[in-house]
Amino acid sequence: MDTTPLIRVQGVSKRYPDGGGAGTPVLREVSLAIGRGEFVAIMGPSGSGKSTFMNIVGCLDTPSRGHCFLDGRDVAQLSVDELAALRNRLVGFVFQGFNLLARIDARDNVALPLLYAGLSRGARRERAETMLRNVGLERYAHHLPNQLSGGQQQRVAIARALSTDPQLILADEPTGNLDTATGEEIMQLFDALNAERGITVVLVTHEADIARHARRLVRFVDGRVVADGPTEQVLGALHA
Amino acid sequence: MMRALLGEAWRAMAVNRLRTLLTMLGMIIGVSAVVLMLAIGQGAQYVIHQSISAMGANLFVVLAGATTSGGLRMGAGTAPSLTLDDAAALDELTSLAAVAPIASGTAQLVYGPNNWSTQVRGTTDGYLKLRDWGVRLGQTFGEAEVRSAARVALLGQTVADYLFGAEDPVGRTVRIKNNPFTVLGVLEPKGQSLGGSDNDDTVIVPVTTAQRKLFGSQVPGSVRYIMAQAVSEELMGRAEDDITGLLRQRHRIPAGGEDDFTVRNLTAVAETAASTARIMAIMLGAIASISLVVGGIGIMNIMLVSVTERTREIGIRMAVGARPRDVMLQFLLEAVIMSIVGCLIGIVLGVSGAWLASRLADITVVVTVWSLLLAFAVAAAIGVFFGYYPARRGARLKPIEALRYE
Repeated sequence: MDTTPLIRVQGVSKRYPDGGGAGTPVLREVSLAIGRGEFVAIMGPSGSGKSTFMNIVGCLDTPSRGHCFLDGRDVAQLSVDELAALRNRLVGFVFQGFNLLARIDARDNVALPLLYAGLSRGARRERAETMLRNVGLERYAHHLPNQLSGGQQQRVAIARALSTDPQLILADEPTGNLDTATGEEIMQLFDALNAERGITVVLVTHEADIARHARRLVRFVDGRVVADGPTEQVLGALHA
Repeated sequence: MMRALLGEAWRAMAVNRLRTLLTMLGMIIGVSAVVLMLAIGQGAQYVIHQSISAMGANLFVVLAGATTSGGLRMGAGTAPSLTLDDAAALDELTSLAAVAPIASGTAQLVYGPNNWSTQVRGTTDGYLKLRDWGVRLGQTFGEAEVRSAARVALLGQTVADYLFGAEDPVGRTVRIKNNPFTVLGVLEPKGQSLGGSDNDDTVIVPVTTAQRKLFGSQVPGSVRYIMAQAVSEELMGRAEDDITGLLRQRHRIPAGGEDDFTVRNLTAVAETAASTARIMAIMLGAIASISLVVGGIGIMNIMLVSVTERTREIGIRMAVGARPRDVMLQFLLEAVIMSIVGCLIGIVLGVSGAWLASRLADITVVVTVWSLLLAFAVAAAIGVFFGYYPARRGARLKPIEALRYE
């Protein structure tokens, strides 16, 4: 078993330029390691830097300072094409707003990462159909996103995130746009992925009930990690 | 991959049908204008080229000098300064391929109840050679007929039509200025000359016959002019010098004396006409090309809008693993498809326009595969050129910024 942590963030700071000056710091010297097979929830008030942290870990954004190692590789050393390949193969994203392409049907949305992975048309379709079956949406393969409910769209997005068999799922408030019952169903999908397939899940949320699905909880406040430990312990300390 | 991207491009274009059509319209108009203008320009060049080859290549005309009668100078060709002997001497020059003395005039031809007035050229067999002219029916005359001043004639197509209609003129006898002539042959039709006259409205007889039987001359053996053909285009200059030198020597003109003849280069005139036509064709093409460029700018405009509009889509694609070059290819492909489809429609319209012009306005048009390929290549290049900048803009977006774009 590979013992290097899947994600290692070291002294990462991020500032957004705000016209002159050094800019507003969003992340301040964050260091964190997440091992393979972990299920981590990230909580914190708005503007605490939790989404920015996710974006940096997912190679969508770059840190202003510090280093981020994915699977032992320093992402700052990678070319744009290598970063694209990393997003394609290693990481699957699930967003709050689903982020499906509106013009193409569910199956083609699921197959999109496979297109960039270089699979043939037939292989893409077959794989996409399998992925849809795994999330229980095989009957909706030819529905456009706007013909699906929010929960169904999020399932399509999860199927898309899983289509290239990634080791890591980054979910940024995946239940934020869903009602409690649907959100619970989505969370059960994540539970199963983590428990049965050993996929590392990192989840941003602001609901304690959602966070309870994770075994570890990290709390961000003002761009800093203020708590990091077993979920119940961190939540308990918060309410105490 | 390519197939999927083509599908994407197609879908993106299908979603905004009106916009796609308007974008392509620029290309359509540009390409059809180029195709039409090239067709008209090349048509004009073709007509002139035909006229030049009908006239014959690398030609000189040697005109006899002017007579002076009581202080009145009578114009070129009126002085009997050129003779058959001059022509025979010119024929010996190695820089000349063919020489034809010409004694011509207008005469009335009669056959049965029909009559027709036309230009009768008395010349030798060299004339047909240097004008690259053959007979359609019958045969031509040779040295023997010239030596014996035989009463034989070759009819131009127009003359044959007027006098004989559908009848075969070969072997018949026509009367020219009341002298009976046997028709030896009918010349191939040559059509209109550069000057606009009908090349086929003519009759050719042996030069000796013309001098003795038709157009009596004060000085026996004199001709109005001599046509000469240089061996090649490169030898035109030397041939002209040879002609002048030889004639001055034969006419015993002292050094410094004025020539009693004029040598004219016919090809130079024709080439002026040809280069005018060429310039016109290039100008028409250039003006039409401007509309191609305008069409290209239209494509760039729409592609820029399209990239901005689909910023979020670009972000999603990048988040799931699209490389910058994948994004680039997608938008570039869209631009190229629009230009190529626009170009194909433009070609169809341009060719139809050219066909209509030739039908309705009686303009000679020439549509060559080459000009179509050129239009096609230029259109594809414009698609790439004007699609590149917007596509690059899309490809250079940072994933997180593209994803956050509202």
